Amino acid sequence: MTMLEVRDLTVTYRYGDASLAAVRSVGFTLDGGEILGVAGESGSGKSTMALSLVRLLPPGAGITGQVLFHGEDLTTATWGKLRAVRWAQASLVFQGAMNALNPVRSVGEQIAEPIRLHERVDHRAVGRRVADLLDSVGVSSRRASAYPHELSGGQRQRVMIAMALACRPDLIIADEPTTALDVMVQAQILQLLTDLVAQSDIAVIMISHDLAMLADTCDRLAVMYAGRLVESGPAGQVFAEPRHPYTQALSRAFPRVGDSTSRRAPASLPGEPPALGAVGDGCAFAPRCSLVMPDCLTRDIEPWPSGPGREAACLLVLPDPAVVGEHGPRVGERHPRVGASD
Amino acid sequence: MTIDRAAPAGASPTGGAAPPALEVRDLHVTFPSRRGRGPARAVDGVNLTVGAREIVALIGESGCGKSTLARALVGLVKPTSGEVLYRGTTLGYSNAALKAYRRHTQLVLQDPGGALNPRQNVFDAVAEGLRLHKDTDRLGARVHRALSQAGLRPPEQFLERYPHNLSGGQQQRVVIAGALALEPSVIVADEPVSSLDASARGEILRLFLDLRDTLDLSALVVSHDLGLAWNIADRVAVMYLGRIVEVGTVEEVLLEPKHPYTRSLLSVLPGTLSHRRPILLTGEPPDPTAIPAGCRFHPRCPAAAELAPHDPRRELCHSRALPPLTGTGRPTSVASCHLVPSPVPSPSGAG
Repeated sequence: MTMLEVRDLTVTYRYGDASLAAVRSVGFTLDGGEILGVAGESGSGKSTMALSLVRLLPPGAGITGQVLFHGEDLTTATWGKLRAVRWAQASLVFQGAMNALNPVRSVGEQIAEPIRLHERVDHRAVGRRVADLLDSVGVSSRRASAYPHELSGGQRQRVMIAMALACRPDLIIADEPTTALDVMVQAQILQLLTDLVAQSDIAVIMISHDLAMLADTCDRLAVMYAGRLVESGPAGQVFAEPRHPYTQALSRAFPRVGDSTSRRAPASLPGEPPALGAVGDGCAFAPRCSLVMPDCLTRDIEPWPSGPGREAACLLVLPDPAVVGEHGPRVGERHPRVGASD
Repeated sequence: MTIDRAAPAGASPTGGAAPPALEVRDLHVTFPSRRGRGPARAVDGVNLTVGAREIVALIGESGCGKSTLARALVGLVKPTSGEVLYRGTTLGYSNAALKAYRRHTQLVLQDPGGALNPRQNVFDAVAEGLRLHKDTDRLGARVHRALSQAGLRPPEQFLERYPHNLSGGQQQRVVIAGALALEPSVIVADEPVSSLDASARGEILRLFLDLRDTLDLSALVVSHDLGLAWNIADRVAVMYLGRIVEVGTVEEVLLEPKHPYTRSLLSVLPGTLSHRRPILLTGEPPDPTAIPAGCRFHPRCPAAAELAPHDPRRELCHSRALPPLTGTGRPTSVASCHLVPSPVPSPSGAG
């Protein structure tokens, strides 16, 4: 059984009388030991999507679709069940560790908190677990009594990861885990995360705007635009040979040192992403797309197979018959579907 | 149709005739000690030039002193010692001298959302500098022109708007327009794109190239991102703990890095998809209040760590301090490292 299977996940926010879709029919699967990167620019819905998996959204956000975690649908699970899942089985590493940590409690206490809440363990065992956790993320266990302000940004982010690991979860959702950090510290944190995944059977969903970083770190990569997954597949391939015009433009925007085409020629993508709720008929990327065709403005495209293990939501990406025949789409039995039916 | 983006030969700092647009000589900025620590030597002996029509990227981790250096360049921080020269003239620190200087050299900051006053519309934000300089002749026309130069076209569409009605990229263009309104010849930009989305990043960087082509601007762009240097800069200087450790043309430094620190920074640059092994430096970015003896990079240096225990160079790394790089006028890149052979002076010399 796959650890996590997300089907047709849609999140809408109520705004007055209108309901605005921030996430629109997203689907993917994730297994233990796998890192899935979710890339997207600000406002693409990537953080909303991640938080909706464990229903950590503000009241008023409506979630439809299914989030099957170990076979159980979290979108309809009882609060008691959800509480047991949160942190013990699926934990989060938030962006900006300096804001996520409580400034008036020592980091050791904060790491111990989820252990005490979720497990019956005696005081001394908790202390040992905290020390082990700190060691495993490369922070000296003597720092357990330190307060967040006494640690550097990189150390605080390591503490956040130790907290996320505290109850030995199966799934870690990391929302921009390295965004505020320096390049070298970022590289250290990413190494730590990939080592942890390699050693255990943890699955990680890593959210970031940095497509290049995700391409280096993740096994698979999904690109979000205006609330929808527009392309997914093996991380290196999606970055190096993107199929969707949006992914192509986004990928070009990351410089590759040594590549003469980007020397003194920064690539960009003109225009702005659509505002929440301003997505009309057709492909949401069409207004910015350099390859737009008349059909793009009227036909709503869902992701369809674009290669082995790959999907793209673009009319220009023709389904490869060989692929559809042999492997079939990743999630269930999905065919290119035109128009928002149902 | 290709536009040659390369700086003309005359812009090379080796060209003897015209003085560089901006130059710092043996610059030190030391902040007084706090809470029992030693004084922080944020900038600790830096020599650097920015030639006319040249774009120089200054790269380093947080805490390496790159922002302090940028602030010293625009006269916002008074150096402890050393001097800043604008077109060959030493910068004075009287109010009048600073005010005159700041017309020529403008600073663009990292977070445009924070740099713009939320209650000021675009017109007022761009006109603010001109008003401060009591230079309000044809104010409307000049604000129009600055907005248009910064790529906000047509300007009329933007004049009445407030920062919250603009995207991040547009906000940064307004900040840049505010700088351009004063018709400077040098722009110092501190992380101008790090708060922007990838799609807007390229547009702002391209703007720097366009401004150089159309307005003959020079720029010093401060960033942690070596990829930015590859995108826009002519030369790159890599800074570590208050010193420049390697400087040269972008091609030299990024394609054939000499300093172990530069090599390590390049190796962790994401998205290159090369199979270079990442050289991870251990530990945190170092502390300017406790600069190590010897080579300041030696405690984290992977090359020094690999030296055999009895290698005489080991002693050198640990105990002999390196002089600040002066290599601004040299034809090839230079690195401040005991393990990098100093370049043999080429008989042909600089052009």
